[in-house]
Amino acid sequence: MSTRSFGEPVKRVEDPRLVTGKGRYVDDIGDDRTLHAAFVRTPHARARIRDIDPYDAYELEGVVAVYTWDDLSGPTAEPLPLLIPHPDLTHPRTGYALAKDAVNHVGEAVAMVIARDRYVAEDAAALVKVDYEVLKPVVGLRKAAAAEELVYDDIPGNAAAVSTQAYGDAASAVAEAPHRLTFEWDIERSACMPMEGKGVHARWDAHEEKLTLWTATQTSTGVRGAVSAKLGLELTQVDVVTPDVGGGFGVKIVHPWPEEIMVPWAAIRLGRDVKWTEDRREHFVSSAHERAQLLTVQVGFDDDGRVLGLEVDILHDHGAYIPYGLIVPINASTQLLGPYRPGAYRVTFTSLYTNTVLVTPYRGAGRPQGVYAMERTMDRIAQYLGKDRLDVRAANFIQPEDFPVDFGLMFQDGRPLRYDSGNYPALAEKLRTLVGWDEFEKIRADARAEGRQVGIGLGFYVEGTGPGPYEGGHVQVLTSGKVKVATGITSQGQGHQTAFAQIVATELGVPFSDVIVTTGDTRRFGYSVGTFASRGAVMSGSAIALAARKVKERTLRLAADALEADPGDLEIVEGMVQVKGDPSTAVGIGTVAVLSNPLRYAFDEASKAATQFGGGPVDYAKPPVAPGEKPGLDETDYYSPPYSTFAAGAHAVIVETDPETAEISILKYAVVHDCGKMINPRIVEGQIHGGVAQGVGGALYEIMAYDEAGQLANASFMDFLMPYASEVPTSIDIDHLETPSPLNPLGIKGAGEAGVIPTSAAIAAAIEDAEGIPIVRMPISPSELFDLRRAAAYPEPLVNTMPGTESVRWVDPASVLPEHSSAATPAASTESEARA
Amino acid sequence: MTSTDHTDVGEQHLEVRLRVNGMPRRVELPVRRTLCDALRQDLGLTGTHVGCEHGVCGACTVLLDGEPVRSCLMLAVSAEDHDVTTVEGLTEPDGRLSPTQQAFVDCHGLQCGFCTPGFLTTVSAFIEENPDPTPEEAREAVGGNLCRCTGYQNIVASVLRAAEIQKERATESTEGSDA
Ligand code: FES
Ligand code: FES
Repeated sequence: MSTRSFGEPVKRVEDPRLVTGKGRYVDDIGDDRTLHAAFVRTPHARARIRDIDPYDAYELEGVVAVYTWDDLSGPTAEPLPLLIPHPDLTHPRTGYALAKDAVNHVGEAVAMVIARDRYVAEDAAALVKVDYEVLKPVVGLRKAAAAEELVYDDIPGNAAAVSTQAYGDAASAVAEAPHRLTFEWDIERSACMPMEGKGVHARWDAHEEKLTLWTATQTSTGVRGAVSAKLGLELTQVDVVTPDVGGGFGVKIVHPWPEEIMVPWAAIRLGRDVKWTEDRREHFVSSAHERAQLLTVQVGFDDDGRVLGLEVDILHDHGAYIPYGLIVPINASTQLLGPYRPGAYRVTFTSLYTNTVLVTPYRGAGRPQGVYAMERTMDRIAQYLGKDRLDVRAANFIQPEDFPVDFGLMFQDGRPLRYDSGNYPALAEKLRTLVGWDEFEKIRADARAEGRQVGIGLGFYVEGTGPGPYEGGHVQVLTSGKVKVATGITSQGQGHQTAFAQIVATELGVPFSDVIVTTGDTRRFGYSVGTFASRGAVMSGSAIALAARKVKERTLRLAADALEADPGDLEIVEGMVQVKGDPSTAVGIGTVAVLSNPLRYAFDEASKAATQFGGGPVDYAKPPVAPGEKPGLDETDYYSPPYSTFAAGAHAVIVETDPETAEISILKYAVVHDCGKMINPRIVEGQIHGGVAQGVGGALYEIMAYDEAGQLANASFMDFLMPYASEVPTSIDIDHLETPSPLNPLGIKGAGEAGVIPTSAAIAAAIEDAEGIPIVRMPISPSELFDLRRAAAYPEPLVNTMPGTESVRWVDPASVLPEHSSAATPAASTESEARA
Repeated sequence: MTSTDHTDVGEQHLEVRLRVNGMPRRVELPVRRTLCDALRQDLGLTGTHVGCEHGVCGACTVLLDGEPVRSCLMLAVSAEDHDVTTVEGLTEPDGRLSPTQQAFVDCHGLQCGFCTPGFLTTVSAFIEENPDPTPEEAREAVGGNLCRCTGYQNIVASVLRAAEIQKERATESTEGSDA
């Protein structure tokens, strides 16, 4: 394998292990002595706990212990941490490791049973009697906003935060614009839904007083910090190991989950290994969801469709607790801008409590909603002006020469929203060709001639990736010549072991197959933030590259001494250090590693050379380890950027809608993507494929069907419709643009979330284009489309007008559709126009 | 609180004999234990994964006498006297990856790898039955398995590639025996 593997579509080093059943996921750890935990979870969305009677559960053979909140003390008994505080988060509320006095969503953990196996633990959990005083829950965004009922008596309006950001005077800019439109866009809940749920295995070593915790997390260092704080242990008493993880997509960045506290807590108490593996229903009702938002847009624009003023108000449903702060609505409200810079902008979001599972980032993390509102607004501007949708976007693009672009807004990383680089007109041109934009009217006409109905839609996005604060990397050359690499971030299928090995092989000049990478193990690397926001490659990749450069520099210096040459005259080729172009001088980097560590004791042939009597001529005036040097050929470095780097892309989709059944099928899906320099195009394309599939799920299938009582009616794979192979596009046409980031040593940007961000926007636009009726609320099912058609055919009684507006051309879909969920108030969806 | 006096949980235990990946195995287990749990916990074959426990995702698929079954929907005791093949048993006797395993590696047919064992068993059985599938048939073959990572395009490509490798290897071995 060549050493210049950066940028090559090399096969993944993870795979031979994973295809032979040798993967190691959390639930694979443990033996006959391991005890199993099961949790008693509330069936009520909002209730006070009057009493818990665990007596019958204790009695069951095989049960070791039953615990409730009353058994907890100190920090363990206190509320779970608010991970990301924010000045606008004025009314934060988090849950407890086990519910204290009250429960606020179906699925919240009330008690924990420990037993000899999971079957018995679940039997016992069913015997724990909990006496609840059931209260009326608040379910659905509109109910939460109406605040007739409160989730928490002491939180007025159900609002955790109201936050505004702006530049310019958006209200005046809209008011004074030649054209104005108003919309309300509506996105339902979905969820990450990794195939492996969460899982925890805890081992307490009483002699060492040390806890080892294996957990399916996206941040092993985060869990380590949180668990040591909650259990009153020193950080050095806790190690967190993240083995193979069966997908994350965001839900596993939240920490500590109650189970991550309770399972080690029990292991310490019982002196036995304890494990818990989340089952699917638990994942539905006690992990996290995302997406649900209502976005009201007021836009003012000129005759070319240039946006002069934009005002956006977002209602965001964050569920019963808000441990992850305001990241999702901040992303939605800042990344809504995409590749455009409106003349003036104001956005206000209100983050609302409901008695439902908490809402935390799911791949895209608020961006799909923001992009949906913006892109659909662009479509409507084009339609209103009778212009081409691509042209209207082009009139609004930030131009390549405008970078860096500072918006005067704050991004989710607490730093300025500042685009580092990009080329949006080039993206648009590539997309035009890739999807065949200019030929589409012919395709439409041909289809129509056959009695078929097709439509095309677009979605552009810009995604802040690789947020800080930092990541680190450790690169060590072993005396065998192998190179060991460690970084703190965890992996959930992104192929980090492969991509990081490509970076090191290329930087150092060693064979790709000699580089072995470890991620997410605090025993190997203790300083890290985590894997989220498409930051793995940017952050850890950059840190590892910097560490590898330091190793290379030292390797050349040490080899220069041995070869009596100038370091500048040396190179490393296939793991051999040599005078440039002269392989006869070559010494292996393993040998350099031997020489780097002066020895007293030889233990094999290779190490003899490093002993006091074993080497060549010695300068006795110098100590064996020179000042400023250190033994061993390994280096650590960190990467900490001032800003996030901004990737971008554009999707286009052609759909066909069946004139009779309203079935929606995707005929073509095209993606143009710019994540800067690609480390491994095969992995990047895999990320796009997976993201698009999740995007299609979110656009056409996935909802969280909460009823008014706060019961999640579709909490299984039978009822929650996740795409199978039959629901995704058979192929995705992908083209790349590589605009390097100036912020990091490799010129890279993140790619993990790209596929999912504009998918709902593009599909909604395509359906609207095919049908000629407005699509406001996503996802959309065939039956909903069918209802919309009927309503459009008989618009009279259904037309809804807003006072002070001139005309309403389209039907309000919310007035004819049943609600996705129990939010029973009809949407006040309007489209109005007024000429200044 | 720790439990002292116990009520019997009422679990009946049985001894089960079955063949797993070609080896005769004997395990004593509670009759209610599912086949996937028995494989993972009693036999240490953790390659078989559990994604839903209600028969929808296909991650737990193993071959029972060569036919794909969902091991989360089957009790271990009902595998008595049957041949079970798990992902661990797909690998060739000489340690070489099977055509299906190799194809998933070649085509980037997996990301996190959690759903993969169920796809590999399903596809292995499929290409035995249909050694020359069309792209539509390949897609249909994996139509009952969920994957949240890959978007399936590369999985379908892997199915087609698996059939190809199987054919290539068949030719190799005929040529080998001719020589
Ligand atoms: S675990 Fe058996 S089908 Fe999902
Ligand atoms: S590879 Fe992760 S679920 Fe399929």
